Order: sequence, then structure tokens, then C-alpha cells
Amino acid sequence: MSIIPIRLGLETERVSRPPSRWDYGADIAFRILARAAVWLVLVLLALILWEIGGKGAAAMRDYGLGFLTSSTWDVSRGQFGILPHIWGTLYSSLLALIIGGFFGVTMAIFLTQDFLPPQLAVVFRTIVELLAAIPSVVYGLWGLFVVVPAIRPVAGWLYDHLGWIPFFGSTLSGPGLAPAALVLGIMVLPTVAAVSPDALRLVPYRVKEAAYGMGTTRWEAILKVMLPTAATGIFGALVLGFGRALGETMALAMLIGNSNQISLSLFSPANTLAALLALNFPEAGKREVEVLMYAALVLLAITLVVNMAGEAIMSFSSRKTKS
Amino acid sequence: MKRVIVISVALVVLALVVVTGPVGAQDSLRLTGSGATFPFPLYSAWFKSFSSKHKSITVDYQGKGSGAGVRDFLNRTVDFAASDAAMTDEEIAKVPGGVQLLPMTGGEIVLGYNLPGNPKGLKLPRDVYAGIFLGKITKWSDPKLKAANPGVSLPDTDITVVRRADASGTTYVFTQHLSTIDEEWKKGPGAGTTVNWPKSDKFVASPKNDGVSATIKQTPGSIGYLEFAFAKFAKIEMAQLQNRAGQYVAPGTDGGPAALAGVKLPSDLRAWVTDPDGAKAYPIATYTWMLFYKENKDPKKAAVLRELVEYCLTDGQKMSAQMGYIPLPDNVAAAVKKAAGSIQ
Repeated sequence: MSIIPIRLGLETERVSRPPSRWDYGADIAFRILARAAVWLVLVLLALILWEIGGKGAAAMRDYGLGFLTSSTWDVSRGQFGILPHIWGTLYSSLLALIIGGFFGVTMAIFLTQDFLPPQLAVVFRTIVELLAAIPSVVYGLWGLFVVVPAIRPVAGWLYDHLGWIPFFGSTLSGPGLAPAALVLGIMVLPTVAAVSPDALRLVPYRVKEAAYGMGTTRWEAILKVMLPTAATGIFGALVLGFGRALGETMALAMLIGNSNQISLSLFSPANTLAALLALNFPEAGKREVEVLMYAALVLLAITLVVNMAGEAIMSFSSRKTKS
Repeated sequence: MKRVIVISVALVVLALVVVTGPVGAQDSLRLTGSGATFPFPLYSAWFKSFSSKHKSITVDYQGKGSGAGVRDFLNRTVDFAASDAAMTDEEIAKVPGGVQLLPMTGGEIVLGYNLPGNPKGLKLPRDVYAGIFLGKITKWSDPKLKAANPGVSLPDTDITVVRRADASGTTYVFTQHLSTIDEEWKKGPGAGTTVNWPKSDKFVASPKNDGVSATIKQTPGSIGYLEFAFAKFAKIEMAQLQNRAGQYVAPGTDGGPAALAGVKLPSDLRAWVTDPDGAKAYPIATYTWMLFYKENKDPKKAAVLRELVEYCLTDGQKMSAQMGYIPLPDNVAAAVKKAAGSIQ
């Protein structure tokens, strides 16, 4: 390293050279930049928490945990509770995840397991990803003008014939949980369908060949070998999708009916935290802003818990598959 | 390459400075306002035509909602604001120098419905529409509804009540009216920009006036309250409501002015039309206000604001009726014109 051959009169072509000052500078600058970016994200999150927490502190002190278990929202009498909103948020997101997750994973299998020529698969994939670019309001309007009228007769039939099942315990008048969950499912779909194919593609080709070699059929190979191997990644996609569903606002505000009640029925109107926040902020008074900040904090906490639970399950399952 | 980028960036910056510089230097004036969404279509039409007549003046109005408008006004981030709920004494006290409230137009809140066969002009007695929104009358075939509407075939289906999901001045005016006419409503949900509605599967909520009108259109058997102009343009059937005098009055260009005419405005020009007298008065009507600072920092701005009010009171009022709003009665317009003088 330290001995550099010097040949006068000859231009030497050296493969390696010691880093110049500029290289050092760039390296340090990049390192600082990368670190700053990471810290900035943390600072930003802390700032958001500080801001929301600070503004919601008064409401937290006054309402305490009773806020989470009460279901009255009465501004003029100063009574606030968000149990119906928490319930609606989790219920609608879960339903959406079931719908979006099922179709998303099915689509991922279809796109990656040699059902289609690769060029065509790219086209399909692009189309699905386009769904993510549609504004939320458009989904809301589409839900109101297309989905609701389309599922109303189905809902009526289910209520008439299977009304004893709590899930079908009421008629669908207009907006309600079912159309909201359906539309939300479609909105979650691109997230799931974009991430889970990567997980399936990461499964080494040898694994599939080995499965075929053992005489499995195509479906056995997919369901019993490919899917379990890619489970961690697919699960990650589902957690991402769930997070997307939790935070979705405008389409839900238009479709869910915004009624503060807790019902198992799919055709009842419900409410969500995100919709509550979006709809009440513009006209909120001082007290209400504090209460809404508290509600925002609860939504943040729910998102955090869901993500952490997802992380935990993923690391648990990946350890299991590795051992 | 790098030099090319640097030069082009410099050129762009220079161009921006050149383009924006002289405009700022000219004596052009930009007025900003924010607030109520309900008169937004009318206000934006007014301001557009005002700006086209005064080339150097632009008026920007953002329909954020009455509460947000008042908040902007208190924070002094706007030159004027608009609110369906005027301002409370408490809020007015927070403005150093004082506030001038000016009623600029009026509106009616209608009960739009969607029934099979589209029967027109359904008649709703006072106790019936209060009962519907209390969740006590739940079927279209209710005997009270049938008795008020002989000859109209009412289906034996549930009534779906559509309400506003967001906090709004429209809800405030509507619930204030219900509180005035119905004791049970007053003790129950009460009046406010959001109230605690009856819990029922048949009460659904939609954001904004457009959301309510879309939901009514999409839901057979529904009824909901919304601003007249929105119902008119969405072609939603509107109910005739029984007024204080016991008459059934349809919303529109006759009932609205009659409702406003019956109300005496106090000196601060803040009055609520909770339950108007008069045989021809449509029962749910309201003024909507613009809010101005009595003391503006820039006297030139104050002059333009006065000019703007003048324009809205004269040429502006002619647009009101055709856009679905209630023109101010003449005596009110005169009082507002006089009061506008205190914008300094």
C-alpha cells in the first residue's frame, strides 16, 4: 500500500488509488446526511407526539381512560367518548384486510407462479398499482353511487333470510359498514398486491423444483410449499395494508354512515377515528380540539400496537421456519 | 454540466423575481377571507364579478367552515371572515378594536326526501318532522304522516334520516329551530354545530351539504336537512313544512324573504330566525354574516372592504335569488350599508 511504484516517463494505469480528499469529504458528508435523515425522522415523530400530546393533555387529564370506554359524543354538554370509533376503526379495517388480503395474495400467486407470460404479468401488476393512485374521494363517490346500490338487494336478501345471524342483523339503508369495508378492501389491495409478490419471488427457485421433484401437483406446491415459505413477507404486506386501512379517512367518511354506535351487523352505519378527526376539526372549539387531539393520540397508539404486533408475529414465525 | 444547471437555476430564480416583482410593486390589492361553506357559491360569484370590475383587486375566499373562519378571524390571518353562526359575545370581546358583523344574505334549510314515485311537496306537520329527527317516527306509513298527506301513497318502509357528519352552521340553524318548536328536542339533543343524535341504524351521516344531497339521492326512503341551493341543484324533492301560523310552506323564493322580513335586527345586526311568524314564512331560515375588523391597519384596505360590501348589497343581491339564497329585505340592506361605515 505504502510503496507506490514510480516510473518516470511512463503513464501508469493503476487499478487502485488511495482515496482523495474529495472522496473522504463525500464519504463523511454522506454519512452525516444519512444519519441526519434517520434522526430527522425520529425528531419529527417526537415533535408530532409532543404537539398532539401537548394539545390533548388537558382532555386526557379531564376524561382519563373513561374517554376510551364511553360512547357519547355531545359537544354542547361536554361529554366525549370514542369507544364506537375505536370499534368501527378496527372492525372496518379488519373486514377490509380480509377482502383486500385474500384478493391481494391470490393475485400475487397468479402473477408470480408462472400462470402468465412475464410481459403480461407486468401489465397486470401496473394496473393493480394504478389503483393506489386513485384519490380517496373518488373511491368514496364510487362507493356511494355504485357499490351501495349494487349491494343493497343482496343485503336485503341476507337480512330477510339470515337475519338471525348478528352480522346480518339490520337492513342496509345507504351508507354502512359493508360498502365501506368493500371499498376499503379495494384500497388496501394495491398495498398487499405490490408487496406480497416480492415475498413469493424471493423464495429460491430450487425450493419449488424440489417440491415438484417430490411429485407435488402445482397447487400443492403453491399452497404447501411456496406460501408457507413466503409467509413472513406476505404477513408484512398484510400489516402494511392494515395500517393503510386504519388511517384511511375520506372514503370512509363518505361511506360508513358516521353513526356512533357499536353493532356487529355489517349493514349498520358505524364510525371511525380518522373520519371523526377529519370531520370535526374544521369547526372545533377549544375543548373539542383537545379532545380530538386525544383521539388522534389513540389512533396513533392503535397503529403502533398493530405494527408492533405484526413485527412480533413476523419475527416469531420466521424463527420457527428457520429452525 | 454542473455549470449549466447552476446557470439555469439562476435564470429561473431571476425570472421569478422579474415576474413577481413588479406585480407586488403595483398598487394591486389582495383581500383574503375564509369561513362558511353554505354561502360559498354565492360569495365566490360575488367576489369574482367584483374582481372583474376592479382590475387591481383580487378577493380570495376559502370555504373552510364557519368555525374555522371565526378562528382565522381571531388569529388575524384574514381580512374578513364569514360565519353562519355569527360570533359569540366571548369571541367578539377577543378582537381589539371591535368587530362589525354584517348579514349579507339569507338561506333556507330544507328537508329533502327520496321516496318511490317521487311525490312532490310532501307536507310535514311540526310535530312530525321533529319526531322523525328524534327517531320517534320511523315509518313512512306512520298515521300522522298519512293524515297530513291524503292522496299521497306512502310506502311501508323505514325512514332513513340523513344528517351532517361534520360540525356545521347548517346543523346549528336546524337544531336551533327544532329546539324552539319541540321541548323534547331541547332537552335531548339540543342546539349546536354537532349534537348527540339518537342512536339508530336508520340515522346515517354524510360530510358537507354535497354529501348529504348525494346520500339522499342514493337512498330510497331517506330524508335529510340541507341548504336550499344544494337541494335545488341536485333536484331533490323538498318537503313543505308547517310554520308557526299553521300553514304549509314550500321553500323557495317566496317563503324565505317572508321569514326574514318578520325578524327585527338589533343594533349589532345579530338575530336568529328560530321560528318566524307570518302565514307565508318558511320556518327554517337564517341570515349569514360576514365579519369585519372595525380597525384595519391599512386605510386603503378598509376603503376597498367598504366598497366590496356596497357592491354585494347592490349588484350582489340581484344574484342571490337565482342562486337559491334569500336577498336581504330592503330595510336590512339599508341598515347593513350604514353599519359598513364603521369598517375603518
